[in-house]
Amino acid sequence: MTPMQKLLQLPVNAMNMVKTAQDQMGLQDEAKSPVMSPDGGNHNWYNGEPNDPRHARFGSGGGGGDQEQEERAHLEEGGGGGSGLTSLVTQPLRHDDLKEMLDSNKDSLKLEAMKRIVAMIARGKNASDLFPAVVKNVACKNIEVKKLVYVYLVRYAEEQQDLALLSISTFQRGLKDPNQLIRASALRVLSSIRVTIIVPIMMLAIKEAASDMSPYVRKTAAHAIPKLYSLDPDQKDCLIEVIEKLLADKTTLVAGSVVMAFEEVCPERIDLIHKNYRKLCNLLIDVEEWGQVVIINMLTRYARTQFLNPNMNESLLEEGGGEKAFYGSDGDDDEEEDKDEKDKKKAEAPSVVKRKPYVMDPDHRLLLRNTKPLLQSRNAAVVMAVAQLYFHLAPKAEVGVIAKALVRLMRSHSEVQYVVLQNVATMSIKRRGMFEPYLKSFYIRSTDPTQIKVLKLEVLTNLANETNISTILREFQTYIKSMDKDFVAATIQAIGRCATNIGEVRDTCLNGLVQLLSNRDELVVAESVVVIKKLLQMQPEQHSDIIKHMAKLTDNIQVPMARASILWLIGEYCEHVPKIAPDVLRKMAKTFTNEEDIVKLQIINLAAKLYLTNSKQTKLLTQYVLNLAKYDQNYDIRDRARFIRQLIVPTDKSGALSKYAKKLFLALKPAPVLESPFKDRDHFQLGSLSHLLNAKAGGYQELPDWPEAAPDPSVRNVEVPEWTKCSSREKRKEKKVEKPFYSDSEGESGPTESADSASDTASDSESGSEESGSGSESEESDQQSESGSEEDEEEEERKKKKEKIKAKKPVPESDSEQSSEEEGKKTESKNKPRRGGSDTESGEDKDSETESSESEEEESEEESEEETKKKKKATVSKPPSKPPKIDNKKEKKEMSLLDLDDFDPAPSLSQVTPLNNFLSSSLVTDLEGLSLTDNVLSPTTITPSGNLKTYELLHRITGEGLSVEYCFSRQPFSPDPHMVAVQIQFTNSAASEAKNLHIEDAKLQSGMRMKEFPEIETLPAGETVSVVMGIDFCDSTQAANFQLCTHTRKFFVSIQPPVGELMMPIFMTENEFKKEQETLLQSPGQLMGMNEITEKVTLGEKCHGEHAVIQRVTTAANLSRVPCGSDKECSPPVPLPPSPVHRFAGKTVTSGSLVLVSVVTKDNGAAQVTVNCEKMVIGTMLVKDILQTLTQ
Amino acid sequence: MSHEAVRVDPDMEYLTPGVVDLEQMFWTGLGATYTHCNQVWPNLYIGDKKTALEKPGLVEMGVTHIINAAEGTWNNVSTEMIHSLFLVNPSGDIFLEKHWKSVVSRSVCDYFLEAREKALDPEDVPPVISTPHHYLISIYRDKLFFLSVIQTEVPPLFVIEFLHRVAEMIQDYFGECSETVIKDNVVMVYELLEEMLDNGFPLATESNVLKEMIRPPTILRSVVNTLTGSSNVGDKLPTGQLSTIPWRRAGVKYTNNEAYFDVVEEIDAILDRTGTTVFAEIQGVVEACVKLSGMPDLTLSFMNPRLLDDVSFHPCVRYKRWESERVLSFIPPDGNFTLMTYHVNAQNLVAIPVYVKHSINFFESGSGGRLDLTVGPKQTMGKTVEGVLVTVHMPKTVLSVSLNATQGSYTYDNATKVLVWDIGKLNPQKLPNLRGSLSLQTGAPKPEENPSLNIDLKIQQLAISGLKVNRLDMFGEKYKPFKGVKYITKAGKFQVRM
Repeated sequence: MTPMQKLLQLPVNAMNMVKTAQDQMGLQDEAKSPVMSPDGGNHNWYNGEPNDPRHARFGSGGGGGDQEQEERAHLEEGGGGGSGLTSLVTQPLRHDDLKEMLDSNKDSLKLEAMKRIVAMIARGKNASDLFPAVVKNVACKNIEVKKLVYVYLVRYAEEQQDLALLSISTFQRGLKDPNQLIRASALRVLSSIRVTIIVPIMMLAIKEAASDMSPYVRKTAAHAIPKLYSLDPDQKDCLIEVIEKLLADKTTLVAGSVVMAFEEVCPERIDLIHKNYRKLCNLLIDVEEWGQVVIINMLTRYARTQFLNPNMNESLLEEGGGEKAFYGSDGDDDEEEDKDEKDKKKAEAPSVVKRKPYVMDPDHRLLLRNTKPLLQSRNAAVVMAVAQLYFHLAPKAEVGVIAKALVRLMRSHSEVQYVVLQNVATMSIKRRGMFEPYLKSFYIRSTDPTQIKVLKLEVLTNLANETNISTILREFQTYIKSMDKDFVAATIQAIGRCATNIGEVRDTCLNGLVQLLSNRDELVVAESVVVIKKLLQMQPEQHSDIIKHMAKLTDNIQVPMARASILWLIGEYCEHVPKIAPDVLRKMAKTFTNEEDIVKLQIINLAAKLYLTNSKQTKLLTQYVLNLAKYDQNYDIRDRARFIRQLIVPTDKSGALSKYAKKLFLALKPAPVLESPFKDRDHFQLGSLSHLLNAKAGGYQELPDWPEAAPDPSVRNVEVPEWTKCSSREKRKEKKVEKPFYSDSEGESGPTESADSASDTASDSESGSEESGSGSESEESDQQSESGSEEDEEEEERKKKKEKIKAKKPVPESDSEQSSEEEGKKTESKNKPRRGGSDTESGEDKDSETESSESEEEESEEESEEETKKKKKATVSKPPSKPPKIDNKKEKKEMSLLDLDDFDPAPSLSQVTPLNNFLSSSLVTDLEGLSLTDNVLSPTTITPSGNLKTYELLHRITGEGLSVEYCFSRQPFSPDPHMVAVQIQFTNSAASEAKNLHIEDAKLQSGMRMKEFPEIETLPAGETVSVVMGIDFCDSTQAANFQLCTHTRKFFVSIQPPVGELMMPIFMTENEFKKEQETLLQSPGQLMGMNEITEKVTLGEKCHGEHAVIQRVTTAANLSRVPCGSDKECSPPVPLPPSPVHRFAGKTVTSGSLVLVSVVTKDNGAAQVTVNCEKMVIGTMLVKDILQTLTQ
Repeated sequence: MSHEAVRVDPDMEYLTPGVVDLEQMFWTGLGATYTHCNQVWPNLYIGDKKTALEKPGLVEMGVTHIINAAEGTWNNVSTEMIHSLFLVNPSGDIFLEKHWKSVVSRSVCDYFLEAREKALDPEDVPPVISTPHHYLISIYRDKLFFLSVIQTEVPPLFVIEFLHRVAEMIQDYFGECSETVIKDNVVMVYELLEEMLDNGFPLATESNVLKEMIRPPTILRSVVNTLTGSSNVGDKLPTGQLSTIPWRRAGVKYTNNEAYFDVVEEIDAILDRTGTTVFAEIQGVVEACVKLSGMPDLTLSFMNPRLLDDVSFHPCVRYKRWESERVLSFIPPDGNFTLMTYHVNAQNLVAIPVYVKHSINFFESGSGGRLDLTVGPKQTMGKTVEGVLVTVHMPKTVLSVSLNATQGSYTYDNATKVLVWDIGKLNPQKLPNLRGSLSLQTGAPKPEENPSLNIDLKIQQLAISGLKVNRLDMFGEKYKPFKGVKYITKAGKFQVRM
């Protein structure tokens, strides 16, 4: 309570002491009622006070009291609803009765009493005198009573500190309780009791709770920190220690609360965040909504201190044309690059600005990437937090993504709209292009509340430019006819602003406004006058007729501001209206005494100006006006008159100044700049209270400026102790089991990535390795990611697809064929709506690579160089081996990022089995007793299905020396034909032998089954063994999770099949194929086309020729080739002139649904892939996979 | 301190007023407005906390030392987000207050009540009001104001969103959110608030978690409670907070396992006077009512997910999965919840289900006018349009109307100047028509402004965007659930300009 309030209370206290001397209870509350409060809401309560139960027991009470009385009865009925004591309720209970009830042995009575007390508190009544009776019950066994006692304690403990101490021991006991919830609630209440004497106890409790086993208790500890801090700020240092400890916590439950504590206690200790930065970014998506908001806001500030301004180079251009350049380059990489180059030149040429080309810190990128999905949150606060983060931190080209989400929020409650519109208004000044596509979303409905209307108008005005101004003005015309006059006035001002900002429409607007002068509504006219005045100031010469017109209006318009504006106009441009001006002054002189003050001042002004220009006609009038003003009631007017008289009427005393009177009065005045009130509001962090109020709110943390040079990024590196290194991989798996939400999404992204992502990454790494020089790689990655996000935007506007192809140009795939292919791409890419989305992912993948430490990056660069070389070689000799290789590499890298471990990516592990030794690769399988001859019909001899991709099940580090890989052997699993055969290869690279390898505890989705392999008793060190197991995936790509056990350890692992492995080949003739296709298409009850998915594709450069296509398709999916009508397919490729069709057939393993694939290739490299399958999901995924493999 | 006026500085004529005078001033008020800081002596300032916290300002004034003379409990450091909550009814009475730390006097609401009186419409009350010591952030919902008192910087949306969550929770628990209901269940509401916010920071806002701690009232339970004398506070300790899935309570059991999904689409549109669409979009929401035992993992897929332009999800939905496959994969909360909201953009050409032929004329004399309205179906995809309701906000000068409706009935509220025409089902053979005369205030000029029409309608079994749910799969549990999908189209903010 500030001294001001304190002072204010003095007299009230005094008065009350007289009035209700005996009413000790009421005193405290009444003391808080200020004198200045209007009668409105307070009245009721104020009067009600004397009617406190003990006085009004027999229902006297006058005036407002009666109502209060009734209300209370009603309330109490509710409070005790359903109890057996309802009969008592009609008469309010005395506190004595309540005490009695609290002292009784019956829990039900206690509960009843507590309920009434809580109801009293809820109504703002004082119940503090019951404290002794209540506090006794703190140890009550009944949990309901206990809860209510807690509520009471938290409310009154501060006032009755001594008595409150009685309860402390109960909580101390509670802190040791084996039940985590009791521990948590004890800590919660203990820390909420604001009694200074127990600070040491609280400190101790918090410290202990911070290392509690239960995350829930740790969360409570985090909540308790600010409570203690506000009670005793001297504890800060100790508390910071606790915060530091809790920040290192890895549970999502704790993260939000501890960051909140950090923000409250020590927001300046940004150094505490370094080590936890990456963890926070990664956890963010799973933190609860409120924690997300706090974390995002904190990270925004953090990023501002630790990273470089991503728009550094553009800031040179920002002035003037900057914005244009930005919009022009929207989603256009070519230009983007140009500009980048220009920027570089600019930066280099004048050596004044010595700037290195900007390279985004991978951690900066990490933050942007991990916050983006949260734009889809249902919580407006989260969306806003992400939006402000992007606005303040993202490169200009990427900020656009937030617009859509913000526009979505406009559908929400009007309060949300209000806040969002304020922020949009600020953003739309800086980044107009961002919201332009959503112009119509800001159109105003007559049912919007006025404050929303005005804000929408503000946004519309900010968005106006040459191209859309006509639309906006037409919209404004409708608004002018609205019934809401405040809104009409705002619209007129908006028109004025549009007119000043956009020269082309100035005359149109002016004409429109002049027409409004004849409006019947005075407010409208007045507002128009004011705006016209401002507009005329820009080019007065051309508009003397308007000034004349307005001069006539003085007879009718009564609104002071408008009258004043007209008078000022006439005075200012009296040369343009030499005849009318004196007449106006004459009229005004008549009414002078009845005018408002601002009008009077303008009359004096007008008189002075006329006196200076046309003294002959107006000398007397001016004298008269000045005399009237001399005796005016308002001192401003008297002063002004005195001042002006001295200035314009030359006398002996007047001195030198009057010589300059003309210069003083008739100086050219600069035209006013009509500015948005939201201009430059963005120096406040968006989304903050301070931004909304446009004034610093208490406790507002200034958003720091970007640093000049980047602080050391290595502070964020976390040294991973050995044990973490080993188990991190495992941990991830474990998480997968216990928390499907989190890891599922991670696991999912791998196999479902579509064609482009892989190709992008490939080309990207190629280019990265080709370019030499420092930083080129990461720059590349930056560029890549930028284009990624741009492509994201393109998802919204697909018409820009063409540019995207251009954007790909810099990627050095400079074959001569390329150009012709591109032609094809341009036309065809429109049919690939998925592209955008998957591209982003590829960008992200790329980023995650760069995240690993510096040295590793180099290494990976080398690797990629090596790999690409290999790849190139490979692609010449055996094209289909490429895709698996890339995938493997990527897997490796992702892992290495997580492990922060620079192990050898071991190309030998991921070595693709060469094309020709299919037999040898399946040799192991054969040995297991599954012979090829089992499936005579399956034309393995025709199918070049050699490439078995191996996947890692367990890495040797995670597996403590045991590494496990698996591949889909594509053999029928003889024990159960509905299962997919999975070949598992164990390699023991540890020093000792592994024993009892077996599977345990399979966690399978419903319907899935698994046939385990027989236990391997021993696996000597350095040996390798293969086994086969069968899994029925139920025709879904859901992973099969199980534990892989050795005699010592258990590992959580999962096998997730690519869609292509869920099927097995069947033999079919072309005619059969066609027939089946037909039937599928016309299957009853299904819509046409449901079972058919067709996509167009441009074949990758290495993928020309029949053979390559066949190979690739069969690699992607376990299908068999359908021989073409003749036996042509045996002879070397003689492509059929029009368009060769390749057909493949198979059926899903579990349900036996047909899967028919046909690929039609055209000679320009284009192709069309058609998949027919009853299972839509399988069809869709298969198409994607095939597309992916074909485009490489 | 002396009670008499004293001359402090012998060189000056100024007399410091005595206590009596000061008191008198406080009683009557000086009419001076509050300022954060006053110079009371050369180089001596008295200011409030706000001033003391702003370093640059202090430097500017040349302040070198600060003496803290404040008294009270929250003058040191305030560290909570939401300090207090007041519930205010339409007539301005505060009927519930809850403080999370020390008590803030009710008088703080006066600033709010003042603003409320100033505003013509409750919707026009600014959501954020700044007072000398506090900031008031309020929402208006179900005819009630939820008013929170804030002391320090906090994202306003954070508070607004939280207040709405409180209102939703009350609605969820008691079926409606009204003054009577809250008063009837005041203790439970209080307990809910206690759980939802700890030290001003949201703690448990998920309905599933809260319901485990405080069981919602049911008729059966209230009968049982009467007999046994127990209340609605959970007997068992909650476990929800501890499960890995914060939004779903553990150990759910149903005999009938059901999952229902309602796809509700609202058409937002502005049509101009010629009937051309100025702006149209579809806002859709998938409401779910899932009553499934155990921990089901559901996957909902759409036939045509590309339709959806912008989506937002309940936290349970796996975002990555949506990104890559466009399916909704989630472990649902128990009971009712909003699974997703989506947006179908104007570019996809929104079908407008009805058209309105309208004419409104006011006679030049200004004594009256004519109104003629006809509503007919336009693009209804062969379904019947039901529940058609036309609302016209008439100009202020319209005194009364005398109309004739061929179908349905109309009412005209003279106080709010709102004409409501309840048509009901739209019959394409016989289009409903409303015509008649309007009488204006005598002497008033002919109104210049144009009223606008708001239309309400409902179409069952149709999602106007054409969105279709393909299938719902359940994993993780063995039983076969009963599944159902319902479509409904409504008019959202559907406005016709006249």
